[in-house]
Amino acid sequence: MKRSGAQLLVEALKTEKVEIIFGFPGGVVIPVFDALYGERELRLVLVRHEQGAVHAADGYARSTGRVGVCLVTSGPGATNTVTGLATANFDSVPLVVLTGQVSRNMIGNDAFQEADIVGISRSVTKHNYLVTDRKDLGRILKEAFYIARSGRPGPVLVDIPKDILIEASADPLPDTISIRGYNPVYKGHPLQIKKAAHALAKAKKPLFYVGGGLNISGAAEVFRKVVQTVNVPTIASLMGISVLPSEHPRFLGMLGMHGTYAANTAVQNCDLLFAIGTRFDDRATGDLAKFAPHATVVHIDIDPSSISRNVAVEIPIVGDARTVLEELLPLLQPPSQDEWLRDTDGWKRDHPLVELEGKGRLSPTAVIRAIAAAFPDAIVTTEVGQNQMWTALYYTFREPRSFLTSGGLGTMGYGFPAAIGAQLGNPGRRVIDIAGDGSIQMNIQELATAVTERLPVIVAILNNGYLGMVRQWQQLFYSRRYSGVCLERTFDCPPDCAEPTGNCPPYVPDFVQLARAYGAEGIRVTRPSEIDAALGEALRATNRPLFLDFQIEREANVWPIVPAGAGINEMMHPEDREDRGLA
Amino acid sequence: MKHIISLLVENKQGVLARISGLFSGRGYNLESITAGVTTDPTVSRITLACTGDDAVVEQITKQLHRLIDVIKVTELTDVPALHRELMLIKVSARGRQRGEIFQVADVFKAQVMDVGHDTMSVELTGSPEKIEDFSSLMQPYGIVEIARSGVVSMERSKKAGGAAAAVRADSRRE
Repeated sequence: MKRSGAQLLVEALKTEKVEIIFGFPGGVVIPVFDALYGERELRLVLVRHEQGAVHAADGYARSTGRVGVCLVTSGPGATNTVTGLATANFDSVPLVVLTGQVSRNMIGNDAFQEADIVGISRSVTKHNYLVTDRKDLGRILKEAFYIARSGRPGPVLVDIPKDILIEASADPLPDTISIRGYNPVYKGHPLQIKKAAHALAKAKKPLFYVGGGLNISGAAEVFRKVVQTVNVPTIASLMGISVLPSEHPRFLGMLGMHGTYAANTAVQNCDLLFAIGTRFDDRATGDLAKFAPHATVVHIDIDPSSISRNVAVEIPIVGDARTVLEELLPLLQPPSQDEWLRDTDGWKRDHPLVELEGKGRLSPTAVIRAIAAAFPDAIVTTEVGQNQMWTALYYTFREPRSFLTSGGLGTMGYGFPAAIGAQLGNPGRRVIDIAGDGSIQMNIQELATAVTERLPVIVAILNNGYLGMVRQWQQLFYSRRYSGVCLERTFDCPPDCAEPTGNCPPYVPDFVQLARAYGAEGIRVTRPSEIDAALGEALRATNRPLFLDFQIEREANVWPIVPAGAGINEMMHPEDREDRGLA
Repeated sequence: MKHIISLLVENKQGVLARISGLFSGRGYNLESITAGVTTDPTVSRITLACTGDDAVVEQITKQLHRLIDVIKVTELTDVPALHRELMLIKVSARGRQRGEIFQVADVFKAQVMDVGHDTMSVELTGSPEKIEDFSSLMQPYGIVEIARSGVVSMERSKKAGGAAAAVRADSRRE
């Protein structure tokens, strides 16, 4: 039977058991949208911007472990996916992004809506394809899904010229795959695993350092067994949060620039740093020369290029986190570490996170604590900045894969579309985007998508009228020169304003009115006593999105903070700043 | 330090761009890159000459491995290997200088391809060091133009007798 390229594409998606496509149409992809017309097996979610499509597919993929799929047109449709691709590539998220391309005879002619998206996206995808022959289409689609989900996952872009979408052919979809240059390693080297087990058994001050690799590979369950077996203290990178429950007695918190006192201090004092599925990112390590000075380093990672890149590793193990931990588990013996456990417990007890003051408005940390109490099992997404760090630190996570955030690229505007994708993939769970008033505006058009898809996504805006993280840096390291960060500023404000006066111009937009304009609901919360009532409304809202506009303290900061270039034990705490009235 | 990396890659469009893009995107130093098809028409061999300390070159080879279209990565710096480059060099030459250049070219087994009124052109094949030596000897005459192919490399034959034979054959050509 002859099928058009577009029909083959739809069949390929069904074969891959795709449930949802996040898409936005345009000239050259009309044949695919035509093939999807009336389709009941595949749900086509019409986003309002292609960047929203990629982040939504990303949120779907991170929360479900399945491949997220996008379908967009050529030119601007394709270029609008770039930020989403880079976000997913950095955080190893499996996506297949299908872009239409102008017909083959037009390529290179500067045709209408032509862009060399394969060239543009090469460095922000795991792999990409331009289909140049109709007979390759089936194979390429199969490879794209396989490459996206296997090994260290990542986004794969497939660029398909319009004439290939139209051309009819009887070529079937292939059943098998063979890519001679691509053979991901899952099993660890047995000798290295033995060495790692031995090093752990001998250590006096062992520390597990978990990253996003455990969430991706589904290793949280076996890792929790590992911790049960050896009782070793554990720290997490931003992406490793939720691998252990936040309230687990052995969990010391996140390390890094905004790491907890206990986590950062433990890194600097441990004699064995046992890292799994993490990249030793600069925001996690601080100054590398001062990082973990007394530690032997074990590193399990599926990507050999992550090993010994930033930190020299004594015992490297290339392999999938879950597979290797399953191989490791039977070999483990608890180390004798009584003194170490006393130390780490003490750091945790004596240096808890600071609960911030509201100073007449709301405390951001109190808001997040209240959200955690009202929605203890939610999937939580964030934008990027203070909202992200406060959520990472103060929300109490229980289930793995329940914290979706743009870690590597740090993409503002990620959280809301990601929440939409996560909600579509997890209809039974509550999904909350903890946002800042700056970042939420970067993809706010997706409110229309959430309303039309009847998604009860909750957006908790921590509204301080500032681009808060940059403002915090300007406060601490640039003598309060608040340049380009005030979102209440109007053209007639003084150009050298250094603080909110209380007589500032009215905030735009009015998030409550804006939500209503879209057919969603909005509640403004200005007093601490109103927080629980607003969250009660959120619990009851089950068929439309809800914006909660939390008016938080304008100059609240994220503590602790390690200044750029310092070692991660050189943390600044609010008390260091009391003399200047900062907290 | 200079490193030579030999790659077997899928003979597909865009592969060279992926590899050169990796170097520019990650700030690695690429000195030369050559590509050509192998006996299998679906496979190309790419030879890279790059500089960097051992840690950087380890990252380069790992990053090359990550590329889906790269089938095999071989670092040829510390293994017995043949490295050859072709150079065309145009040198200012008048009168007696021509004879001198002919003599030097003869010692280097280079071929004089073209003699004009003011210049002559020489073709030389050899190791990158030999190419460097020859061009430095040509310096005093005045080098008008140089075109270098970039290095191509191949691991030497493995068998004991074969390897020795290869060394001898090679030294004759040097």
